[in-house]
Formats: sequence, C-alpha cells, structure tokens
Amino acid sequence: MRVEMRVDGEPAAAEIDRPGESLLTTLRDRLGRYGTKNACEQGECGSCTVLLDGDPVCACLVATAQCEGREVKTVVGAVPRPVRDAFIACGAVQCGFCTPGLLVSVADLLARDGDPNDVQIREALAGNLCRCTGYEKIIDAVHAAAELMSDGTPAPTRAHWITTPVVPSAANDATEAAP
Amino acid sequence: MPDALNEPTGRAATTASTPGERTPDERTSPSPAPTGPVPVAPAASAGLETAVPAGPVPAAPAASHAAPEFPTPPTRAAGGVGTPHLPGGVGSSPTRPDAEAKVNGTFDYASDLDFPGMLWGHTLRSPHPSARLRAIDTTTARAMPGVAAVLTAADVPGKLHYGLIEADQPVLALDQVNYEGEPVAIIAAETLDLARRAAELIDVDYDILEPACDPEEAVAAGNWFRCQPVRLGDPDAQTPAAVVTRDYVVGMQDQAPLGPESGAALPTGDGGIELYVATQWVHSDLEQIAPCLGLEPDRIHMAIAGIGGAFGAREDLSVQVHMAMLALATGRPVKMMYDRAESFVGHVHRHPARMRYEHAADADGKLLYVKARIVLDGGAYASTTEAVVGNAASLAVGPYEVEHVSIDAWGARTNNPPCGAMRGFGGVQTCFAYESQMDALAEVLGLDPLEFRRRNAVAQGSKLITGQIVDAYDPARADGGTPFSPLADMLGRFKDMPVPAVPTGRDIVELPGGTGNTTHGEGVRRGVGYGVGLKNVCYSEGFDDYSTAGIRLELVDGQTVAYVRTAAAEVGQGHWSLQAQIVRTELGADRVELLPNDTKAGSAGSSSASRQSYMTGGAVKAACEAVRELMRGHDLADGPIEATRVFRHRATKPMDPVTGQGESHVQLALCVHRATVDVDVELGLVKVVDLTCVQDVGKIMNPVALEGQIHGGSAQGLGLAVMEEMITAQGRVKNASFTDYLIPTILDMPPMRLRIVENADPEAPYGLRGAGEPPTLSSTPAIVAAIRDATGLALTQIPVRPEHLTAHFGRQP
Ligand code: FES
Ligand code: FES
Repeated sequence: MRVEMRVDGEPAAAEIDRPGESLLTTLRDRLGRYGTKNACEQGECGSCTVLLDGDPVCACLVATAQCEGREVKTVVGAVPRPVRDAFIACGAVQCGFCTPGLLVSVADLLARDGDPNDVQIREALAGNLCRCTGYEKIIDAVHAAAELMSDGTPAPTRAHWITTPVVPSAANDATEAAP
Repeated sequence: MPDALNEPTGRAATTASTPGERTPDERTSPSPAPTGPVPVAPAASAGLETAVPAGPVPAAPAASHAAPEFPTPPTRAAGGVGTPHLPGGVGSSPTRPDAEAKVNGTFDYASDLDFPGMLWGHTLRSPHPSARLRAIDTTTARAMPGVAAVLTAADVPGKLHYGLIEADQPVLALDQVNYEGEPVAIIAAETLDLARRAAELIDVDYDILEPACDPEEAVAAGNWFRCQPVRLGDPDAQTPAAVVTRDYVVGMQDQAPLGPESGAALPTGDGGIELYVATQWVHSDLEQIAPCLGLEPDRIHMAIAGIGGAFGAREDLSVQVHMAMLALATGRPVKMMYDRAESFVGHVHRHPARMRYEHAADADGKLLYVKARIVLDGGAYASTTEAVVGNAASLAVGPYEVEHVSIDAWGARTNNPPCGAMRGFGGVQTCFAYESQMDALAEVLGLDPLEFRRRNAVAQGSKLITGQIVDAYDPARADGGTPFSPLADMLGRFKDMPVPAVPTGRDIVELPGGTGNTTHGEGVRRGVGYGVGLKNVCYSEGFDDYSTAGIRLELVDGQTVAYVRTAAAEVGQGHWSLQAQIVRTELGADRVELLPNDTKAGSAGSSSASRQSYMTGGAVKAACEAVRELMRGHDLADGPIEATRVFRHRATKPMDPVTGQGESHVQLALCVHRATVDVDVELGLVKVVDLTCVQDVGKIMNPVALEGQIHGGSAQGLGLAVMEEMITAQGRVKNASFTDYLIPTILDMPPMRLRIVENADPEAPYGLRGAGEPPTLSSTPAIVAAIRDATGLALTQIPVRPEHLTAHFGRQP
C-alpha cells in the first residue's frame, strides 16, 4: 500500500506492507527521518510528538494508512527558531531524547497561547516525559521562547521564585527575591 | 564558632560558601542578568552554523580503521561533534556542543543508526524466571524468508559468559534460565518486524522450576554475592537514653532512560568488527565482548553512539555481544534496538532493599550506636552488586559521627531481575533508612530534626564508620577549635529560604490529584521534611580508577585549535561541554574540537559514580598542562603540539572483610533537601509543592549543567519516594511499560530552589566534587519525611503508595 503525504513541507511517499504500521515507524524506518524519537511506542512518553494537519499527535499511535494526503510536521518543520534557541539557552536539553517531541509540543502551545503561565505550561507538556532535567529548565525555556516570539515584550515572570534567570543562568538564587 | 543555624541572611546571592576568600576576578559566576529583553542564545549559537552535523552516520565508516591516533581534520563518528568558536571556560555555561544538533533532530542517537544493507537484530527472552532448557528448535525460524540468522548458545564463538565484575552472565542461556527476560536466542532479519515474528517460531522446551524470589531466604541459604560487615566499638555495651528500631523496604527502581538500548555492528570484511553503541564505558564493553566473540581486542573497534540518558542502565552489556555475533554470522551490518518493554528487562535495576535499623542516642542528643541489617536483592547475576553492597555498608549511617556500629550488608542472589548500577549506587537505599531513623530518634528525644542532625554531623577530621577520616574540608575554617562541619553549615542555610506559604486561590492542578479534580482542598494537609545524603564519588575500595585524555594543539588558518580525544561518554550530563570549558580555561584555544569517543582513545572509565568531571576532567586538565609545558619556546607555526595524560585519583583501600574498616572512598559529597508536600489524606494522593536543595559541589564548573543535574537527580528521588517501582511477583515483572511504571511528569515536579555551596576539595581538579548523584539520595527521604509530617504515619516503605496513606485513615498509626 502506497501512502503519500507531506512531511516537513516536502512530498513524501511510503510503501507500507502492514496496514497497522505507525507513522513513527514510517517516518524513521522507511523515510529515514530520525528526528522524531521512539521511546515507548505506546503513546506514553511524547518523544514522537508531531503535528498532523497542525494538531499534535503521538506518531506511534497514528496509523500511516490514515495519513494519505495529510501534512506531517516534525521537529524539523514544526518548531520556530526562537523555541530552539530558548531550549539551548536555558539548559533545557540534556540527553535530548525528549527534546524533539517537547519542541513540537511547545511550538503547538505557543501557537495557541503566546504567553502561557506555569500551570498552562505544565498542563500542555504533561504528555512529554523527560528523565534528565526535572523539567525546571524546560519551563524556563517556554517562558523564554514566548518572550522571544512576542516581539520584545518583556517576559512574563515566573509565578514562583525559581532561581534560574533565563540567560545567563546562575547556580544560585540571586534572583529569587523578584517574584 | 558562630552558630551555623543563625548565619546572616544577606549572603544568599553568592554561590560561594566562603565569601571574601576569593577575589572577584577568581569568581567565575556568570555576568549579572541583563535588564530589559533578555538576549537568548544567539551569541553562543551563532558560531555553530558550520558545525552542525546533519543526517545519520555516514555509511562506510570502515575507513576509520585507518585513521591515525589523532585524526585531523577531525572526523565525526557516531556521537562525535565539533565545537567551534564557543566562548566560555570553567565556571561559565557555554552553549553545549551537542545542543544545536539535539534541537534540530539531527543528533545521531544509537537508535538512529542506519547503514546500507543493514539487518535488524532481535532477542528471544525467557518467559520464565527459573527453568531448565531441555531443547531449542530454531529450524522453522531459520527457514522463514527474510531471516538471515538464528543463533543460540551453541553459536557463541568464544567465552560463554561475561560480566562487569564477575563473568557469570551467559551470552545466551546455556542449560538453564535464571530470570524472566534472560536472552535465549538471537535473530537477524531484514526488518525488525520479521525478526520478532521469527522469534515466535523458535521452539524452546522449558522445564519450569520454582523460582527463588525471597532475598532473606536466599541469604539464609548462602545464596549471596557479597556480605560486608562494619564493626566499630561495642554497641551492646552502651546505655542509651533513646532507641528507635524500624524495618524499611525500598522497591525496585528502574533508570528508565528515554533512549532505548541500541547500537549497530558492522563486519569489517577481514574477520574484525566495528560497533557503535550507547554505553557508559566503552572500554569495559570491549574487554567483556572480545573474549565472547573469540577475537583479539584489536580486531574490534567500538565507538560511543549518541546516548539518550543512562543513569546506570548502560553500564552492563545489553545489545553489544548479540549484535556483534549476528553481524559476524551474516557478514552484514546489524542494528539492535530494544522496545520499552524489552528495555525494562534488558538492563539491571536499582536493588530493592529490606533493612532493619536500630539507632540509639544519649540524653544530649548524640548518636550512641547504630545497628543495621541491610539486604539488597541482587537478582540472578552478579552485575555490580558487589560494589553496591560496599557502598551500602560504608555509607550505612550517612554523614554522622557514631562510635559504635554493627552493620551487615548483603547482596542476595535470587531469580528476580538482575540489579546493579543506578544513580546513587548503594547510597540511596540506606539513605532513606538512616534519614528516617534520624527523624524518628529526634522525635523521641524531643529535638528539632535539623538540630539533632547538626549535633551529630561529621566535620573536618571526623571518622566515618569505616575509619576513613573526613579530610577534604578547609582546616582554616575551624572556629575556636571546633572543626568545620560542612553539613552543619549547609543545614543552617535553610534559615533564609522560608517554607512556601499555602497560596490562596490555588489552581486545581496544583492540588494533590491535579487535573483528576479529586479535591478542592478539603482533606489536604501540608507537611515539611528534610533529608541529607552522603555519596562517594569515583570508584572505591582499591579499584584502579583512571581516565585518559589526549590534546593536540594546532594552528589552522591562523587560529589555534585544540583537539580533544577521550573515550568518556556524554550521557546527557554535559561532559562534552565540560571538556571544552577546561581546554578553553587551560589553553585559551580559539577553537575546541572534540574527537569521537571510542576505543582508539585510552580508557576514560565509566560515566558513573559522579566521576567524569573529576576523572576525565582531571585528565583533560593534565593533558592541557602538558601541552602548555611543551609550548614553552615552541612556535605553533612550526607544528602542532600533542600530549596524552592518564589521570588517577588518590588510592583507596579495600574494606576489611570482617570489620569493614579501611579508607575505601576517594571523595564524599553532601546534599540536603527540604521537601514541602500537600497530602490528600482521604485519597492518599501526594503533591510535592516545593523542593529546596543545598548541595556542596566543591567548585561550580558549569552553573546551568549543575542545576540540571540537581533538578534531574531530585526528580528521580521524587520518583522513588512516591511512584517508581518495578513490581515483581514470583520473579515476573508486572509493569514493564510507561503506562504502568510511572516516572515523574512535569505535573509531578515542583519548583525547585537551589543553594550551591563550594567547599573545595584540595585533592580534586579545580576543587570540584561530583554532583550528579547526591541529590538522588536526599530528595527521597525529604519527601517521605514531609509526608510523615502531614499524616503522622510512620511510612517505612518506598515508594509510598496511596494505600499506605489511607490504610490507617482515622486511626493512629
Ligand atoms: S514513542 Fe510515541 S509516545 Fe512514546
Ligand atoms: S533531556 Fe534526556 S530525556 Fe529529556
């Protein structure tokens, strides 16, 4: 079975020999697009998050057969540069295995809400597991990205007294007094 | 000495513990946060344009066999990344060399390897925890179209066993399987799907046996890997004012790195083989696999492929021998990658523990004695149990002075999943027990738990229970004859970080149960608790622990370029960044290029035991110093300068097998957590609302990376406290998926406040202390203590489950 779709703005066609093949398998093993990660294949970790016609989905839960004529955007095509910059600058990337999925989720969040607060960020990213960072710097990065994308409007201040300023970071709580 | 608990509060803004002792110039703290719009990243990332590696590893890496010791221009094997033009030396937080590739989806993880003509490998595993293998019939599987090889123990070319410390693990099961998930046969096929289907066609005739799953029974029956006693003084001759005796249980935790076990093996065509694999210690891998493959080590080239987290799960072999066997048998490249369920049985776990502790104190609140019986379940094979038991025994009472001790630590052999290394390595289980004991004893004595800890805290010159002298703190900081106690100092630092107030008008997701909408605040009680952890850094007990680094300084287009060659694994912690920072600080090179981490470099040891900054950091520093020396009177225009150095930490001694005495550790690191929790006592749901952490790191090498280590380590400790447990029943794992094995999500993690202390260790490079593990120890007992504070329950088992909190509801515990 042949499935034609658009992936990151380019036409892509895959020959599927199993009707149940997941979009994740097709992207990685048939199309050689390894940017999208596989950490569970059960819809539990969010590492495989992509945009399907603009909506975030776990690629491991979507059958490629359902993607005929549809538009898939991965970490390569879905993520504005400022979001990437913010992740780098804030130290939100350690091993980075969760990063492609997280970046897509963050891009989706910021497209819906340009200035999310911590609670909204936590809710939006609840499906993206990260084993390395403890998520603190990911939240920092979302705020930083929101600011970068908002044409220079000052960043929303974190609701709590997190120690880490955006850039450069300091390993102290010098900034904790500024709620 | 001034009361550490009453230190002035104005000091919070500095990262140093000793303000005034260093000049401002020596401080390497980042520049103050700019005002106005914050410039994010571009400054640092701009220079990366030319270096971004794109796409998967180029095929035909066989050519790298011919590469010289220091390939120039730098080639890129899997995982290797160049780092041009990055500013930032030691103490700063430059952009990670791997960051750009990671945010672009172009970083090559081991699971992204792709070679032309590649086959997929798969492992058939035993469904039984204990069984004799009567026969294996692979005929049907072999005959399946698309299947290239099906191999069993009979096909192992060399030695039949391997192991990190003791070679007791069969490459493939021989006549018996000893745990559920033990590899029995391996398959190579055109696709992973085919390989899996072929595995189903292999007919294994098992004679099922009753598994031995109780570690206490195993110990009683003499089935153990190690017993390590510690004896000091005479506990039984003491007359205490207060005694607390409790039994503690720690569940089996999984490292659960997001990147699955994976790698690829390529036959070189001349009988040799190349391996690309996600591993923490590539040289140890090579040492273990060469005899099994029946090859001389120089016929095998191993390179570290991109690693998606490790936390101890990549210390033991997983895919290495299997994919190599398949590649040698088929003459084609073979890739292996575990799925999540297989990953849960395909690597070792944190030892579950059962511990009986008896703590006694005198009327002045000084510890009199500690007795403990610690039983760790090592599972079916040795892995690193021996070393874990050593840590559990030597660190069994934590950072407290006590003169009378009787400890017995065991590592049992059972038919449960094998256990070995996980972040914290033997320090985590006992930390939960001794910190719980310290709280319980303080309560009996009517003392504030922090004050009780302060009275018993080790100081410069103190003896640990192994007789090891605490010698890494500044004697000059003694006050009025009282030796400096880093722990007392750290405990005092919570004074100016108040416990967060209960906010009004909380969003429901901030309450226990979160979006489950289980409460609007009724039945919710707040609690606060503390935990202190003491972790050894580097390898202990006389192990010859070293790392090797090579530096080549060269003039390229008028720029000084430093090439760095080590075999140290970048597991996510930021070690590549750290190497480059050290080179910039030591040599001031215009550019730093990190060469691939592989077996052509000297061994760097493992990225574990919080040791890589110390050890490979130390080796890189030493090599830089050698290069600097050679530079005297030398003009780089006349040719490059090269130096390779091996770095060793100070020697340690084995523990005495009877008394446990001996200076067994290199370095010790302290971390203290305070947890604030809200508990819905009716539903048994816990929400950690704040974690505040004070950690002594000796020297802040990279502030952002350090914070990331503390955040991440604390998160894993939180997981163990309230959610993470591999459930086994009669040796069978019941929850091998992220659906059933829960790790903390962004909703589970509270905001964290950090206070970093820098008590330099004069023995260590830059004075640093390993930082990755200590937070994993102390966050768990702090959280459980906070839940006890909220509920009044004794809570002696982790992870704390809802039913532990509701079983006693309405009754006194
Ligand atoms: S791989 Fe799809 S959610 Fe984990
Ligand atoms: S950075 Fe490693 S899983 Fe998130």
